[in-house]
Amino acid sequence: MTTTLQTDAEGFLTDASQWNEQTAAEIAAENGIPRLTDRHWLVVNFMRERYLSTGTAPSIRSLGKESGVPVKELYELFPKARPSSPPRSAAFPSLAAASRRRT
Amino acid sequence: MPEHERELRPGELAVDDVEVGAAHTARAHLEQHLARGVTRPRHLGFAQSLPDSGEEHRAHAVKYAPRRVVVRRSLRACPDGPSFAPRNALRVGSKTIVILGGGAGGTMTANRLRRRFGRDEAVIHVVDRDDRHVYQPGLLFVPFGLARAAAIVRPRRKQLADGIVFHENRVESVWTEHDAVILDDATVLPYDVLVVATGARLQPEETPGLGGPGWNENVFTFYEEQSADALRGALERFTGGRLVVNLVDMPIKCPVAPLEFAFLADWFFRERGIRDRVELVYSTPLDDAFTKPIASRELGGLLAEKGIELVTEFNAAEVDGVGGELTSFDGRALPFDLLVTVPLHGGAAYVERSAGFGDALGFVPTDKHTLQSPTHENVFALGDATDLPISKAGSATHFEAEVLAGNVERFLAGRELDARYDGHVNCFVETGFRKALLIDFNYDTEPLPGHFPGPVGLPLLRESRLNHLGKVLFQWVYWHALLPGRDLPGLGATMPTAGKRLEASHA
Repeated sequence: MTTTLQTDAEGFLTDASQWNEQTAAEIAAENGIPRLTDRHWLVVNFMRERYLSTGTAPSIRSLGKESGVPVKELYELFPKARPSSPPRSAAFPSLAAASRRRT
Repeated sequence: MPEHERELRPGELAVDDVEVGAAHTARAHLEQHLARGVTRPRHLGFAQSLPDSGEEHRAHAVKYAPRRVVVRRSLRACPDGPSFAPRNALRVGSKTIVILGGGAGGTMTANRLRRRFGRDEAVIHVVDRDDRHVYQPGLLFVPFGLARAAAIVRPRRKQLADGIVFHENRVESVWTEHDAVILDDATVLPYDVLVVATGARLQPEETPGLGGPGWNENVFTFYEEQSADALRGALERFTGGRLVVNLVDMPIKCPVAPLEFAFLADWFFRERGIRDRVELVYSTPLDDAFTKPIASRELGGLLAEKGIELVTEFNAAEVDGVGGELTSFDGRALPFDLLVTVPLHGGAAYVERSAGFGDALGFVPTDKHTLQSPTHENVFALGDATDLPISKAGSATHFEAEVLAGNVERFLAGRELDARYDGHVNCFVETGFRKALLIDFNYDTEPLPGHFPGPVGLPLLRESRLNHLGKVLFQWVYWHALLPGRDLPGLGATMPTAGKRLEASHA
């Protein structure tokens, strides 16, 4: 059964505790990714660990440099994850990260 | 003695392993020194200067040290290389402050510290790879013939107060475990306090096609003198077509600069009477014109008013200079006759060579309020070199320098650090037609309308000729008040709120 997720205006989860692997898979499916592969999970887990340890999501560039998945592949893995249409979770690898690191 | 353990001849370098290069050599020397009980070697210099990196390193290492050489012997063989560490550094009680970078942040910090410490209390070193201090805000005007490239450059040494030692060297690496910096000529500078002010570095090579065919012909950046000057020629010759302004990704120095470029280009082509033949496009990876909502609304409005097309969420992946096309990671293409790009930015190269010193992009982790490194208590950083969540801008650096200089003194005196920096930054935004607007903000408050620095002052977030005049006069203020490290009334490390319409943030 799908849980009702609490999200902010941009579609990010407001309650990080709502995240689990099942939730992530549901969000992915809604965003056009029927099955999360190992490469997807590599990115998802990296994003989540980084978010939980620093409080912010890494930028696309950092993600490309540190997660082991090059930027080009990130876009292939998450084709709908353009900056203004972020997947709905801080734990889900949103490529909105770049525009969120607005400095 | 086996051949591979022969004594070094004068001028030769010892290299432990030809694969690892010069930085390792200098480090190996120092390690040996330390192993022999010398905990604070004052210098380890060699006559031979070392090359920069990569292939050069390797070629150099092969040329000068084809075999393994025992470091202990090489020390004996080259005891008297050049030393830059001044003798009074040995004076009891005297502290050594090493500042990496002789740009805005390094110069302001050095001058402020020179006034805070007597000559017998601290020796201050500044290291930079060249002796050319560029007034970076001036680069924006070079392509439009409003400033000459040569007129915005002055010698770095001349901006430093008497009693500051200037080293014209590249930094090889920072060795935090032993509080020492290794320079490219193998000089070792030990420090009591290290200040990192080496700014940000353009990395066009990280975007396929940038810096390749078409570079400085139909693809330019005004973030660097040579290309800005080449762009001036191209704009003069431009008779019509599609000009695309693009910033590849954040963070960049002065995030408003590409917008200013677009505004000035509109003015430039109108003055030349060919605006109707020029299509101006502004493409950005952000989802709006700027990074902060209220300012974004204002600046986006100006783009529309001036007939500049705004393309958002455009993450540039590749540039085809010959075919005149910029493509994004999600497969969109922007054709251009002239591309003005802001390449990716990263920290200085030595940061990456210094283990555990920087983040993935080469920026140095820095405490938001005290400007101290979270991992090395005697390391401080300011300006574009940091990972602070605020615009990379000269004004931020200026406000940081005030807090940082005080904190270096507090640290050396064993006192608690001042956590006063609030992310204050302000920028004049040139909008063309001799007008500019001004934005003033910090970590918590986005740019708001009102006046600066108080209820009476320069208008905020609104175009005015007064702001343009402020931007023009600012160059004088930069060389004569900011760099010498003078405190300016109304321009401090904490953001003034008196003139701001704070209610606008809830609108």
